[in-house]
Amino acid sequence: MTEFPQSTAGADALGELLPPLTQNQAAIEAARCLMCYDAPCTHACPTHIDIPKFIKKIATENLRGSARAILESNLLGATCARVCPVEELCEGACVLGAEHKPIAIGRLQRHAMDFVYGKGIDLFRPGQATGKKVAVIGAGPAGLSCAGELAKRGHSVTLFEKRDLGGGLSTYGIIGLREPVEVAMAEVRMIEKLGVKVETGKEFGAGLSLTDLNADFAAVFFGVGLGATPALGIPGEDHIIDGLEYIEQSKVDAGNLVVGDNVVVVGAGNTAIDCATIAKRLGAGRVTMVYRRTENEMTAYPHEYDFIKREGVNFSFLTQPVGVHSENGTVKSLECVRMSLGASDASGRPAPQPVAGSEFFLAADQIVKAIGQQKPSLAAQLKLKTEKGFIQVSANFETNLPGVYAGGDCIRARGAASTVMAVQDGKLAARAIHERLVARG
Amino acid sequence: MKGWWHVADLSIDFAGIGSPNPFWLASAPPSNSGMQVHRAFEAGWGGAVWKTIGAPVLNVSNRYGAWHYGGQKMLAINNVELISDRPLEVNLREIAEVKRAWPDRAVVVSAMVESKPEIWHDIIRRIQDTGADGIELNYGCPHGMSERGMGSAVGQVPEYCEQITRWVMEVAKIPVIVKLTPNISDIVMPARAAVAAGANAVSLINTLNSIIGVDLDTLEITPNIGGKGGHGGYAGPAVKPIALNMLAALGRDAVVGGSKMPISGMGGISTWRDAAEFLLLGAGSLQVCTAVMHYGFRIVEDLCDGLSNWMDEKGFAKISDVVGGSLNRVSDFNHFDLSFRAVARIDQGKCIRCNLCYVACNDTAHQCIDLIAKDGSLVEPQSYDIQANGKDEAVNSRPSVHVREADCVGCRLCFNVCPVEDCIHMIEEPSGRPPVTWGQLTESQREVTEDWEKMKKYREKMGIEIH
Repeated sequence: MTEFPQSTAGADALGELLPPLTQNQAAIEAARCLMCYDAPCTHACPTHIDIPKFIKKIATENLRGSARAILESNLLGATCARVCPVEELCEGACVLGAEHKPIAIGRLQRHAMDFVYGKGIDLFRPGQATGKKVAVIGAGPAGLSCAGELAKRGHSVTLFEKRDLGGGLSTYGIIGLREPVEVAMAEVRMIEKLGVKVETGKEFGAGLSLTDLNADFAAVFFGVGLGATPALGIPGEDHIIDGLEYIEQSKVDAGNLVVGDNVVVVGAGNTAIDCATIAKRLGAGRVTMVYRRTENEMTAYPHEYDFIKREGVNFSFLTQPVGVHSENGTVKSLECVRMSLGASDASGRPAPQPVAGSEFFLAADQIVKAIGQQKPSLAAQLKLKTEKGFIQVSANFETNLPGVYAGGDCIRARGAASTVMAVQDGKLAARAIHERLVARG
Repeated sequence: MKGWWHVADLSIDFAGIGSPNPFWLASAPPSNSGMQVHRAFEAGWGGAVWKTIGAPVLNVSNRYGAWHYGGQKMLAINNVELISDRPLEVNLREIAEVKRAWPDRAVVVSAMVESKPEIWHDIIRRIQDTGADGIELNYGCPHGMSERGMGSAVGQVPEYCEQITRWVMEVAKIPVIVKLTPNISDIVMPARAAVAAGANAVSLINTLNSIIGVDLDTLEITPNIGGKGGHGGYAGPAVKPIALNMLAALGRDAVVGGSKMPISGMGGISTWRDAAEFLLLGAGSLQVCTAVMHYGFRIVEDLCDGLSNWMDEKGFAKISDVVGGSLNRVSDFNHFDLSFRAVARIDQGKCIRCNLCYVACNDTAHQCIDLIAKDGSLVEPQSYDIQANGKDEAVNSRPSVHVREADCVGCRLCFNVCPVEDCIHMIEEPSGRPPVTWGQLTESQREVTEDWEKMKKYREKMGIEIH
């Protein structure tokens, strides 16, 4: 693996937002947990971490045991402690939430994770070698989880990653304010210590084919995520910056990130909010988020929307970009049209319709788009069966090709994509792969 | 307190010692000096029992340990502090000064000296010369002094207790209170000795022998005094139930209770609610230490205010109307009605579905709480799909907890573990059996109480089903 990227300019502005809990803060919060039986927080967690168990271990200062309880269900506990939409998952289900304040489960999980990573404690060892080899494609949360779980079971795993660093969106796609790169890097190292061979700069399709893999490995798992940000299809689009690249640069090359003074972000999902946060925190005078529907339809989590409003970002709802205007290569404005909401479309949300003659100009010197990601190209490449453009898998996470598995965002045809769901996919796929390899003797 | 007044009269006359309210500082660090007692009286304390004076001593550092639990600080304190380490003359001078400055407050002086009549006579006379209102004999200190034949070494032997009290009473001209140690198998015995010796009152409880804990890093005792540690006196909220039981035991004893000797109650009093309970079980004055050591003298304000408001609500005009009011309710197993039946009922509107009652009942009690799904079917815990996720599914599919009342023995464990106010109620349900106590059963059908076969037949006849 390559070295950590060294944070330079803007490191403080985008430094981790939430400070760690002190042991005393953590102990007091942990003591507040009722220790529900068959707890709803555990049910709501996609990886079903035994949350009362890890919290009570914090209360008794058994932090090593607490971390183990977390990692047994979720190998990426340090990332999930930071990026999980806890308001929609564990904390949202906390029985104290109705009339009191739910337990700060995410913060407590981070407390236990920081302890073991801070002390360099290895909680798991590779399982007894089975002699079976598995290839995992993509070192994002799904791939890391799958690779780690297989290594714990003694399989020999090679993890191929096209980028320079492992971690996937944890490394490149989530702003440092929520998850510093170091956290994802530590998790990659932990997976490596389990015996997983991580090969970065190896892209599937570029000199690495399924035929090659099938020759060397007994099973293959694809955790390849989604594609690039799709095109808006408007004149001047080449002046628009891809939001995912904007975030990536803020994390691994912040010193060279250029931030405008008047930034327009197209989109209203969680990635768009991250882009707006970067712009605002790195010095933009004005940041405007442009969305063709209203706040009722936006896909960002409510807590993210609350956050970005407090950051002082403006919103232009019912607004659709129609063209970028520039002079001498410099962006001057984004031309937009007003929209009105009509009948529901295929997504179940009201379809926005342009209002004739309502064109207007939004002054801007930088335009960033964050309007989702393209469907995985892998499906067409391998002629995999799909569902709504996503790779179709069985209950065992197996594609229509025997021995070829997939998980994470690339299979998320239903529900919102999230890191923790990807971790669960990787974990369950690893179980299925293990069953397959063991059954075959 | 402009525009607000209390109706209840909080003043007391305790064995001839007057006090504007029943709250006295217990003999302990808070009453170590004239300056402190002065400040306490300014804050509103009705009286103070001066920290024990007597034999010469030296103290150590790290003398207070504490027991914290679940994020709650100082549920109990433990100490190896000895009696006053300030010179006797200084204490006596300050006692006189405080009493002169505060004629309406109760100034009681705790004393402990070597067990010789002439030494006791001397200290009693010197205390009386200060103008103090009363004397408390410290027969309770369980550490440091007991090893020297004083404190609990006296309190644990009723004969010593009686003998020394007699010496004191030979010269005492002001009321004498005998302070009892709880480090004894039957608290009634030393109290009877105090009655026999002619003491004017008793007070209880002193601290309990205790070791707070062991440091898991150093393997030393906590607190560590130069690498060593040992038993110290245990006090604070955690000891209150023990104190209440001992207080009630004296009130119910024919000799002690029958003598109408006043009892000064202490042991974990932290709030006015605790205070009211001590009064109801027979305490005529109340002493406080740990709560003051935790929060300072200011707590007396709510002790008085809360007690007053409660008395007004209940229609008690004066403290003596409250004292002993619940003693007639104290009984023992032999006299409990075996036909009394209560069952747990869960208020589904209030229940937050933490399932603590479920696991407590099923793992450790009588297995009569079920998890019921929305469609009415019985469900097992953790029976959800491994791919389930999100708060909506977790919350909406969560089963509710239901008591099978026919199988409920009314043990009250669920009631105790429920974290929600007023959610589980113990409902009295007529058992349909005539009232009978174990005492009556033993008298009328002794064979039932001695032979399991007879018991079985008795149960069948009475319709007592054990699940």
